[in-house]
Amino acid sequence: MGLVQEIDFGTPASKAEKQVTLTVDGFTVTVPEGTSIMRASMEAGIAIPKLCATDMVDAFGSCRLCLVEIEGRAGTPSSCTTPVAPGMVVHTQTGRLKDIRKGVMELYISDHPLDCLTCAANGDCELQDMAGAVGLRDVRYGYDGDNHVFAKSRNALEGGVANMRWMPKDESNPYFTYDPSKCIVCSRCVRACEEVQGTFALTIEGRGFDSRVSPGMHQPFLDSECVSCGACVQACPTATLTEKSVIRIGQPEHSVVTTCAYCGVGCSFKAEMRGDELVRMVPWKDGKANRGHSCVKGRFAYGYATHKERILNPMVREKISDPWREVTWEEALSHIASEFRRLQYQYGRASIGGITSSRCTNEETYLVQKLIRQGFGNNNVDTCARVCHSPTGYGLGQTYGTSAGTQDFDSVEDSDVIMVIGANPSAAHPVFASRMKKRIRQGAKLIVLDPRRTETVTSVHAKADFHLPLKPGTNVAVVTALAHVIVTEGLFDEAFIRERCDWSEFEDWAAFVAEPQNSPEEVEKLSGVPAETIRGAARLYATGGNGAIYYGLGVTEHSQGSTTVMAIANLAMATGNIGKRGVGVNPLRGQNNVQGSCDMGSFPHELPGYRHISGDAVRDIYDSLWGVKLDNEPGLRIPNMLDAAVEGSFKGLYIQGEDILQSDPDTHHVSAGLAAMECVVVHDLFLNETANYAHVFLPGSTFLEKDGTFTNAERRINRVRKVMAPKNGLADWEVTQKLAQAMGLNWNYQHPSEIMDEIAKTTPSFQLVSYDLLEREGSVQWPCNEKAPHGTPIMHMDGFVRGKGKFIRTEYVATDEKTGPRFPLLLTTGRILSQYNVGAQTRRTDNVVWHAEDVLEIHPHDAEQRGVRHGDWVRLKSRAGETTLRADVTDRVSPGVVYTTFHHPDTQANVITTDFSDWATNCPEYKVTAVQVGLSNGPSQWQEEYAEQARMSRRIEGRLEAAE
Amino acid sequence: MQAQSTEARTVAVIAEMRGLEGPLLPILHGIQHEFGYVPTESLPIIAEALNLSNAEVHGVATFYHDYRKHPAGRHVLKLCQAEACQSMGSDRIAAQVQAALGIGFHETAKDGSVTLEPVYCLGLCACAPSAMLDGQPIGRVDAETIAEIVAEVRS
Repeated sequence: MGLVQEIDFGTPASKAEKQVTLTVDGFTVTVPEGTSIMRASMEAGIAIPKLCATDMVDAFGSCRLCLVEIEGRAGTPSSCTTPVAPGMVVHTQTGRLKDIRKGVMELYISDHPLDCLTCAANGDCELQDMAGAVGLRDVRYGYDGDNHVFAKSRNALEGGVANMRWMPKDESNPYFTYDPSKCIVCSRCVRACEEVQGTFALTIEGRGFDSRVSPGMHQPFLDSECVSCGACVQACPTATLTEKSVIRIGQPEHSVVTTCAYCGVGCSFKAEMRGDELVRMVPWKDGKANRGHSCVKGRFAYGYATHKERILNPMVREKISDPWREVTWEEALSHIASEFRRLQYQYGRASIGGITSSRCTNEETYLVQKLIRQGFGNNNVDTCARVCHSPTGYGLGQTYGTSAGTQDFDSVEDSDVIMVIGANPSAAHPVFASRMKKRIRQGAKLIVLDPRRTETVTSVHAKADFHLPLKPGTNVAVVTALAHVIVTEGLFDEAFIRERCDWSEFEDWAAFVAEPQNSPEEVEKLSGVPAETIRGAARLYATGGNGAIYYGLGVTEHSQGSTTVMAIANLAMATGNIGKRGVGVNPLRGQNNVQGSCDMGSFPHELPGYRHISGDAVRDIYDSLWGVKLDNEPGLRIPNMLDAAVEGSFKGLYIQGEDILQSDPDTHHVSAGLAAMECVVVHDLFLNETANYAHVFLPGSTFLEKDGTFTNAERRINRVRKVMAPKNGLADWEVTQKLAQAMGLNWNYQHPSEIMDEIAKTTPSFQLVSYDLLEREGSVQWPCNEKAPHGTPIMHMDGFVRGKGKFIRTEYVATDEKTGPRFPLLLTTGRILSQYNVGAQTRRTDNVVWHAEDVLEIHPHDAEQRGVRHGDWVRLKSRAGETTLRADVTDRVSPGVVYTTFHHPDTQANVITTDFSDWATNCPEYKVTAVQVGLSNGPSQWQEEYAEQARMSRRIEGRLEAAE
Repeated sequence: MQAQSTEARTVAVIAEMRGLEGPLLPILHGIQHEFGYVPTESLPIIAEALNLSNAEVHGVATFYHDYRKHPAGRHVLKLCQAEACQSMGSDRIAAQVQAALGIGFHETAKDGSVTLEPVYCLGLCACAPSAMLDGQPIGRVDAETIAEIVAEVRS
C-alpha cells in the first residue's frame, strides 16, 4: 500500500494562462507565466534543494539553499522567488552552487542537535534530507559558541552554565509540541498560520541570531491566539513542531485518503497509519473542498474512535430502568425484529419508524430509509436535517428548483463581496473560513449579519466591512430591507431578471419590498440595526462585483426559517448573483453528510433525489425494484413521531447515529416521547443521552472503519475509505442489512459500492455516480448524469433548474416567542471551534482543554442589573425549562441578548428551547428563546435528577460502574 | 499623572496616531515616549485597535531593540561596537566604561542613573570609537571622555 506521496512543488501554482518555455539542466519545460523556477524545475522532475519553501505558502527566499545559476544573469538568485522567463537557461547544480549549499547547510547544522536517531522526525525530516542532498559530511563550527541547542553551555571555560538562548519544549498544546532547539527559523509555520489559516498567531520575535518562533507574545501555544489547526505542524520541515501522536507511535508506513466526519466542509485527509493504528491525519492537497487545509477537529480530534466509553457489543434490556445486558448480534437483531413486528401487529403498520444519520454514509442512510419504506412499509423516516437545514431544502427548492448550495468552495476565490448570514464559519466551518479570509485579505469585502460580534466579524486582517447585529428573530425583516434598498435605489440587475426570471413575479415582489414597512428606517426599529448600516450593506452587495451569500443555522432555525432562505434567494436573483463563479447562495451545512442524508430520501415526504412520495412514476421505480407497494402518503416527521408517541400511537424507533434527546428542542417533550415507546433502538458509538431511553443498543462504527461516501455542503460526493477493521465487528451498513435480513428482507449487498450502484440506477441526479468514477475523479458534485458527466461545480449556469427563477414575497411575521416581564432576554445558541454539536465525539478528545463547559454570554449591562459577575453560576430559565451554567460577561452580545453553546449534556441548553418551529418544515426555533437569567448556587434540580437517571440507565450487567 | 491606567494611556496614544498610514511604528514610538518603554500590556490593545494579531505586534516590537521592554535608567549610554569602532579600540573603551559604572551591557545601574547598551554603528566611523549619551553623539571616546560621561550620569 505505502504512503500516498504528494509532490511539494515549493511554491504555489500560477493561474496565468500564458505559457512560458525554459530550459532547466538541459530539459525543456513549459509552465504558466509567473511560475517560480523552483516549481518549473519540479514540473520537469528536478528537485532543487530547499528548506523555507513549500507549496502551501508563498515564496520567501530566506533559506539560501535553492539558489540557481541563470545563463546571462549575474549571481545566484533563489529559485523560489525568481519567476520563469521565456528562453531562460537554468542550472541547478554547478560547482559554485554546490559549495554555497554545503556552506549554508553547515551553518544550519551548527545550531541544530545531532540526535537524528532518536528524533521523532527521523524519516520525515527535510533538514536531514537536505543534508543528504547537498552531501554534508562535516560541520566545522562545533557547539562551543552561541547556540539554541543545549540547555547548558558546552564551552570548557564556562561549562555547565545555563544557556540563556535555550528554550524548553512547549508541550502545552494537547496535540503537538514545539521544541525551539530544533528550529531553523525558516518561517514556514509563521507563514502557514498567516496565509493558509489566517489566524496570525505566530511570529518571529527578535532579530538576527535572537530570532525565534513565538506563539502570541512569547506565550505557550495553548495561551496564544493559536486555534490548533495544525497547518504549522504540517509546514514544519523539522521536528520543531511535531504531532504528539508521532512522538508516541513513530512514523506511519502507509496511508489512505478519506473524508473527515465532522462538519459539512468535507475535508479530504490522508489517514497515515502504522498497521491498523492511526498515526495522524494529514489534509490531502488534492482534496477539492479543503485544498490541503484542516481544522483542529478534523486533524486532531479522532481520539473518540478508541475512547474507553465506546460500546463494542450489542445490548438489550426489558425496561429502561434495567441495567444493560450484553448479547450477541444475532440475539439483538432478532429481538428488534420480533419487537418491531409485534408493535406493528398490535398498534398498526405506522406505529414504528426510524431516523437516519447525517453522520453516516450515503449508503448507510439509503439503507435505513429503504429498511423503513420497504421493510416497515411506511414513510416514517426523518433525519437530523429536520432540525437544521430543512428550510434550505424548502426555500431553495421553491425559488431555484434544487435543495442545495449553488457553488463549489473554490468559487469564493472569485468573490468580491461576501455576505455571511447567521453563520460563524471561523468556529463552525473553519476550513471554509480560512479560504474566505484569504480572499478578504486579497481585497474582497465582508458583510456579516449576526446578533453576536463573532470571530468572523473581527478576524485579524479580515474584519467585516459591515456588521448587522440584528435582534434574534428579525432575519426576514433585515434581509427584506436589504432588498428594499436594492429595489428602491435601482440597484437590481434588470437584464438578468428579464432573462432568467419571471418579470411579472419580479414586479410583484419589487412592489412588495418597496413598501414603507420594509424600509431600513422602519426595520431599524424592530431589528436594532441602524438604517444606514443596512443601506450601506445593500449597496455594497448589489454593486461591489461578484456577490456571494453564505448562510448557516442562524437563518434556518427560526419560525420563519424558510422565509429567510427565500428572501436570500430573492436577493441573489435580483442582483444577478447566480450561475457563475464567485457568486451564489450557499448553505454552510452543519454535518459531514447532512447534504447526503437529505439527498438519500431521509425525509418522510421524499424519495432519494428530492422526489415527492406522491409521484406515481417515482414510486414505480422502487416498487418494481424492491418488490413492494410503497405508501404514497408522507410519513411522520421527528416532532410528529414524538407527539404520536406521547399520544400512544407510535411505539418503536430505530435511531442511527443521532442524539435527539440532546440535539432536539424542548428536551422534556423529547424524553416524554421516548419514554412512551416500547422499543427504542439506538445505533451509536456511545451510550448517548437518547440511549438512556433505549431498549436495544447497537454499537456503531466510526468513519475510519467503513467504506462509503459523504456529500458535503457543495454537493461534493467524497469517498470514505476503511482504514481499520470495525472495533464493534460490523460497519453500520452491515448492521442495517442484518436487521433487514432479520425482518425477512432479501438484502445481499457485499460492498457499499453496490448500494451506490442502486442509488445511481434509481436517482437521476446520481445517474453516473459510481465508485469507479470517484476513484478516477477523486470526487464529484451532483448532479452527475448524462448532461453533466463530470458533475456540476456550479448550479444554474444556463438557467434555473426549475426553469425561471421564482421571486416570492417574504412578509415578516414576528415569532410568537416574545420577551416579556418574566422572560426579558433573548437566548440564541451556536457552536465553538473546538467542540462539535452535542459533543459526543469532541468531548471524548483532548479538545476539552479549550472548552470544558458551556457558558452563558451576557452583556455587561444585563449582567450588572442582575448582579451577575464574570464566572458566576447563573440560572437560565424559559417557559420550557431551566438549567444552570457559568456566566461570561462580554460585549460580544448586545444588551438584551444572551448566548450559549450546546456541546455538553450537563448543561442541556435544549431544556430551555421551545417547541416553536419553522412554518414550512418544522425546523425548530433554536435561535430565539425568551429567557430570564438570575444568580444560582449550582446545578438545577432537573440537572441533578437527570445526572442520576443517566448514571442509572448506563449500568451494564457484569461490569463495575466506572468511578466518577 | 500616574493615576491613569496603562490601558487608558495606551488608548490615548493610539487615538492620536491611528489615522497615520502604517500606524504601528509611530504608535510604538508614541508608547515608548509615553511610558519610557513599551509595556507588554499595551501590545494587545494596539493589536485590537489596528486589527492585527498580538503575535504580529510582538514580532514588530521585539524586532527593534530601541523599543524597550523595561524602563531605562535616567540616562542611556550607547557604545558603538561595530567594525570601525572595534578597529579603534571600542572593546577596551567598553571594558573601562563597564568598570567605571559597575554594570555590563543591557544593564541599568542599581540607583537607576544609567543604562548601558551596545550599538552597531552610529554612522560616526570617522570619529571612532564613538558613543551616544541620551541621543547626543560623542566622537573619539577616550579615558577623559569616559570620566566626563561618568560624572554626568552620576550627577
